[in-house]
Amino acid sequence: MNREKKSFFSGEWGFDLAVMAVLIALCVVILYPLYYVLVASFTDPNIVNTGQLLLYPKQLYLDGYKKIFEYRDLWSGYWNTIKYTVIGTALSIICTIPGAYALSRRDLMGRRKIMFLFTFTMFFQGGIIPLFLVINNLRIYDSIWAVTMPTAVSVWNFIVCRTFFESSIPTEILEAARIDGCNEFQIFFRVVMPISATIVAVMILFYATAQWNSFMNPLMFLRSGNKMPLQVVLRNLVLSNQAASMSADALDAAMRQKMAEQMKYGIIVVSAVPLLCVYPFLQKYFVKGVTVGAVKG
Amino acid sequence: MKGEGVAKQKQKAGVVSIKRGWRHSWQLYVLLLPALVWLAVFMYGPMYGLLIAFKDYKAAEGIMGSRWAGMKYFKQFFSTNIAKQVITNTLVLSLQQLVFSFPIPIIFALMINQLKQGKFRKIVQTISYAPYFVSAVVIVSIMQVILAPGTGFVNILIQNMGSRPVMFMSRPEYFRPLYIVSGIWQTMGFNAIIYIAALAGISPDYYEAAIMDGASKLKRILYIDIPLILPTIIIMLILAVGQLMTIGYEKAYLMQAGSNLATSEIISTYVYKSGLLKAQYSFATAVGLFNSVVNFILLAVTNFVAKKSTDISLF
Repeated sequence: MNREKKSFFSGEWGFDLAVMAVLIALCVVILYPLYYVLVASFTDPNIVNTGQLLLYPKQLYLDGYKKIFEYRDLWSGYWNTIKYTVIGTALSIICTIPGAYALSRRDLMGRRKIMFLFTFTMFFQGGIIPLFLVINNLRIYDSIWAVTMPTAVSVWNFIVCRTFFESSIPTEILEAARIDGCNEFQIFFRVVMPISATIVAVMILFYATAQWNSFMNPLMFLRSGNKMPLQVVLRNLVLSNQAASMSADALDAAMRQKMAEQMKYGIIVVSAVPLLCVYPFLQKYFVKGVTVGAVKG
Repeated sequence: MKGEGVAKQKQKAGVVSIKRGWRHSWQLYVLLLPALVWLAVFMYGPMYGLLIAFKDYKAAEGIMGSRWAGMKYFKQFFSTNIAKQVITNTLVLSLQQLVFSFPIPIIFALMINQLKQGKFRKIVQTISYAPYFVSAVVIVSIMQVILAPGTGFVNILIQNMGSRPVMFMSRPEYFRPLYIVSGIWQTMGFNAIIYIAALAGISPDYYEAAIMDGASKLKRILYIDIPLILPTIIIMLILAVGQLMTIGYEKAYLMQAGSNLATSEIISTYVYKSGLLKAQYSFATAVGLFNSVVNFILLAVTNFVAKKSTDISLF
């Protein structure tokens, strides 16, 4: 019976070929939208708007980018995003790494109970309105702290970290350090940290990505236009641009529309490029981060 | 024998470390302090704030000072037509998302696993992670431009085939497919990581034995790969079901247009709008609380069923 079925597949090369073909097709589907936006941002909007599938920039047109670089909201957005990402990530690391290490220590009193308090919040949360009230009561609304502090810890990341420390720091090392007369601070900073660069890199990547891409929190917890990060600026430009150009008079509108169309593509590129350029080099780390977290499961 | 010896040694070391640990253990709590403060303020603080779902919250009177309202706001929510609509929308969207986007990373991982280690495999994997690092705003913006009627290439293709342009971003019937497809596009590669790791852990002995028996590659996938990563699949499924009602509001909110609200208004976007934009704090908190409780029950039930039937569970 086995042999009959096997002949149906007429040798294994057909199977391999099919797998390859599907994977290549998937890669095209994944990359093309991103690539299209990149090419469109350099191409004359008149060509882009005829809806051709672009493989390379047909008529180089850079006025859109010129406009983008003159667009002040974009630069303040960019600056804000960088600021929030750097400070937010630093806060996250300060809260996550030492805390997760402490909870990974089996000799910590009340470890299970504290861990339960963390895990519980993965499944049940107060929600946005109560969080908004907390932020108001702390008087951090419309400040950098409103967008960095509530997201300082992701409980999921916290658990990944703890699992990493549990599984990769041998008790023998801690024991040896203690015999050498180190106290807990010294053990953490001088012994544990130097051999935990991987997990710190993973955490920086995860937290920085989340902060760079965050949209809803700034929208909810900031009010001033000049404090808005890139994502909010981008959304305002791409999603409300249509209304703006429609209200303008016809002659002006044609030109403005052309410019606006290309600016859309350009701004998408400018906001997505930094992360897309960085992640391939950190791949090794985040793959590790995801799989470390799974050890528990 | 050897293993036993090591285990005993480890046990001993453990006992010693507990004894010696006492002297400095306060320092461990100091290391834990930032995380604990954060947890108390930004996680348990809002949980205390949930009280306002049962009160007539007035900012001037504070949470404690405001008068009790009992179940008033829950009744108010369920007496409106919108309740049925947003609950249905949330459930349908989440269930469709689960059904369509849960199996795809598994299939992708099984295919990747067929490739030998090497350049091609690495490139495919790297490409597959890319969309994960793109923000919801960028994804919705890309959809907006490539699907635009008259200018986006998708619609031009449709027109070239002789059909009328499709208003993808404003018609309610396209909201769910677009939400789900873009979600798959974004997370397929990243979600496959865990399955790829599980597949890499399968001992080559199984395959060697199967090849001896003349099993084809497809058979090896069906009878070795899938059964052996089943525990991972089940854990991921429990987690996915547990997140059913917490469906992200960011992308849904960004994809909303006045004309597609019939399908795109979900509980979380409704809470945001009625709470923060219209300042009905107590009402919105009540709706959000209802959502969280249903979600928690779903998770507990799934976990229970999984525990009973497969002995695999989260807690």
